Amino acid sequence: MTTAAPDLLALKLVFITGKGGVGKTTVAAALAQLAAEHAKRVLVCEVDAKGDLSALFEAAPTDFVPREISPGIWSMSMDTEASLREYLKLHLRIPVVGRIGPLAKAFDFVATAAPGVREILTVGKLCYEVREGNYDIVVVDAPASGHVIGQLAAPQAINDLVKVGMIRGQTDWMLEILSDANQTGLVAVTTPEEMPVNETLELAARVKTETTVRLSAVVVNEVLPELFGQHEEEVFEQLRTKKAEKALSERAGGPVATVLEAARLAVTMRRTRAQHLEDLQRGLDPEMAILLLPYLFARTHGLRTTRQMATALGEELGH
Amino acid sequence: MARRKAADPAQSVSRLLSAKEIVIACGPGGVGKTTTAAAVAATAVAEQGGRVLVLTVDPARRLADALGLKGIGNKEVRIDDEVFLRAGVTPRGELWAAMLDTKQSWDDLIALHAPDAETKAQILANPLYQNISGRFVQSHDYIAMERLYEIHSEGKYDLIVVDTPPTRNALDFLDAPQRMADFFSSRLLRWLIVPYRSRLVNVATKPFYSIADRILGTQFLADISEFFILFQSMYEGFVERADAVTRLMSDRRTTFMVVSTLEATPVREAEFFSAELTKRKLHLGAIILNKVLPDYLRDPKTAKLAQYISDHAGALGEGLTDDPAVAERVLSEVAESFLNFGIVARREAEQQAELHGAPDILVTVPFFDADIFDMEGLLRLGAQVWD
Repeated sequence: MTTAAPDLLALKLVFITGKGGVGKTTVAAALAQLAAEHAKRVLVCEVDAKGDLSALFEAAPTDFVPREISPGIWSMSMDTEASLREYLKLHLRIPVVGRIGPLAKAFDFVATAAPGVREILTVGKLCYEVREGNYDIVVVDAPASGHVIGQLAAPQAINDLVKVGMIRGQTDWMLEILSDANQTGLVAVTTPEEMPVNETLELAARVKTETTVRLSAVVVNEVLPELFGQHEEEVFEQLRTKKAEKALSERAGGPVATVLEAARLAVTMRRTRAQHLEDLQRGLDPEMAILLLPYLFARTHGLRTTRQMATALGEELGH
Repeated sequence: MARRKAADPAQSVSRLLSAKEIVIACGPGGVGKTTTAAAVAATAVAEQGGRVLVLTVDPARRLADALGLKGIGNKEVRIDDEVFLRAGVTPRGELWAAMLDTKQSWDDLIALHAPDAETKAQILANPLYQNISGRFVQSHDYIAMERLYEIHSEGKYDLIVVDTPPTRNALDFLDAPQRMADFFSSRLLRWLIVPYRSRLVNVATKPFYSIADRILGTQFLADISEFFILFQSMYEGFVERADAVTRLMSDRRTTFMVVSTLEATPVREAEFFSAELTKRKLHLGAIILNKVLPDYLRDPKTAKLAQYISDHAGALGEGLTDDPAVAERVLSEVAESFLNFGIVARREAEQQAELHGAPDILVTVPFFDADIFDMEGLLRLGAQVWD
C-alpha cells in the first residue's frame, strides 16, 4: 500500500479487469468473499463465462439467473441475449415466446455490426441491478483490459451513435451510475511483470480519456516474498562461497548447492519483479492506491485460495 | 484416459520449421506468445537462413525498441543485420517484421473490394464501419488471418511466423474467416436491407421494424441499412477471400504452435486449444511450455536436505559467516524457499504429465532469470526451443 486505501466495499459496482492470466477472476472472487464477510449481499458476475469464478467457490457453473453459491454471494454469467430478453420484457412488455426468436437473432446480427449494442446489454444489466438495489455490491469479473474500455464506454458510444429512440433514453441513467465515483469503480489487476504492467499503465490512461469511470485501485497479484534484507543478502553470499558451501554440505549430509541455487533464483525473480513494480508506481498517478497480493505457493484454485486472497485484500484495504 | 506418448526425440522445432511455410503461434494470454514467436523467427534466420517474417501483434516495448521496430505498422520492415551481429550471431538470412494495424488493414481491404471510389468513401465514412474496424474485437482475429493470407500470397517469404491476438476465446481467430463469410452471406442481412431499399415494408417484416425503430431509433437503423447495402456490393469478394483464408489455415504448409506455461489456467486452455485444432484437422506442430521451473526443485533427496537445513539452521551455519544469528535466519529462508518452489515445480510437472493429446514436439523452456528484451535474449530462448 502506498496511499490511503480506497473503500472498495463502499462502492455499488466494481469492475475487475486486467491482462489475461494475471488472476483477475481470483481477485473478483476475493473481493466478493471479503464483501460477504462484511455482511454484504453480493452479486458477482462473470462476463466472459468460463466457469472459473464459481469454481473458486467450489460451486457449479452459473447462468444468467443469479444463484447463491456461497453465503451472501450470488453469482451469474452474462448472456447478452438473455439480457435483451429481460430488457424487452421489462420495457416493452412484449410477449416473450414466439416473437422474441427472430428478434433476438436479428439483434445478435446487429450487435455484431454495432459492438455498442452487445456491450450496452452487458453494462445495462449490471447498472440495472445497481439501480434496483437488489444487492449491496455488484462485483464484475470484466473482460481483459483492452475490451473493458469498449464496455465501459458503450453508453457514451450509443449516445453518440443513436440520436433518438428507447435505447438512447436508457443510456442516461446508466451514465449517471457509471460516472459516479462513489458508486462505480474499476480495479485493474496486474502481476509484477513487464507486459501486464505496461498494459495496466495504458489502461489507466485510456480509462481517463475514453470512459467516465474512475480507476479506483491497482491490484498487484503474485508478489513474491522478500527473502532477505540487505545485510542478510551479504550473509547469503558468504554462505554461497565454495568453502562455506562445502562445510554446509558436510554438516547437512548432502550437496546443498542446488538448495542455495534455488534461493538465488528466487532472489533474482523477486528483484526483476520489484523493478516492474517500481515502473508501475512511477507510471501511475501518485495518489493511486496500489494493493499487493502475495504469490501463493501451495494452492492456486478453490475456496481456500479465495479465502486467503480475501484476507490479504482485506489487510491491504485496512479492514 | 490415455497418457501422452513420449515426445519423439527425432522430431524438433527446427525440423518442423524446415518443412513448413507458416507457423501460427497461439495459446492463452500472458505466457510469452509474442516473445516466443519472435524467438522462433529469429532463430530460424540464424540457423536456417532464408527470408523470415514475424507478423506480430503487440511486442513488449523494450523488445520492439531493441529490434528497431518502434513505430512500425502494417508494412513489413527488415531487422538490421547489425542487431544479430551485436548479439554475436551472423544471420544466414533476413528477418522481417510487421505489426498488425487493424484499422489500416480494414481500410486496405475495403479499398481492395469496393467496386468504385464512391462506395469506398461512403463505407469509410459510415459510423458502423468505423465501429467495426476500430473497436470490434473479433475483427482483430479476422484481420490477423487476412493479413497472413495477403502476405503469404505475395510469395516474398520462406517462413512466416504469426503471433495471434489475445482473444477472449483462443479459438475466435480460427472461426473468424468463416464467421466473416457467414456474416456477409446471411439471409438476415438481405432481409434487413429490403425495406430501406424498396421503401416497401411487407406484412412479415413490419413488426420487427416497428420494434426495432422503437428501441434503436430510425437513424441508427438507416445507418445499419446503408452499411449493409454498401457491404453487399463487396459480398462476393469478401466471401471468396474468407474462404481462401480458411483454406490457408488448413494447408499442409501451415502448422500451429501452442504456447503456454504450466500454471493451472493456461495449461487447461492450451489443452483445450490443442484438442480443438485436432478436431478441426488443423496441424498441431508443437507445444512450447515457457517459464518451466528447474528440475532440481523436484528432487526428493534435495527436498529432504532442505527440510534438514530448515530444522537445523542454527547449528549448520555456525562459524561460516560473520553473523551467526543472521546466518541462521538466512538458512531457514533458503530452505523454506526451496520447499515452497518445490511445491510449485511438482504441481507444474503434474500438469505437464496430464497434458493429453500432445503432439510429437513438446518443448519445455526453463525459467529465465531476466526478461527477454533484446536479440540475445530471443536467440537464447530460441535455442531452447530449437532442437
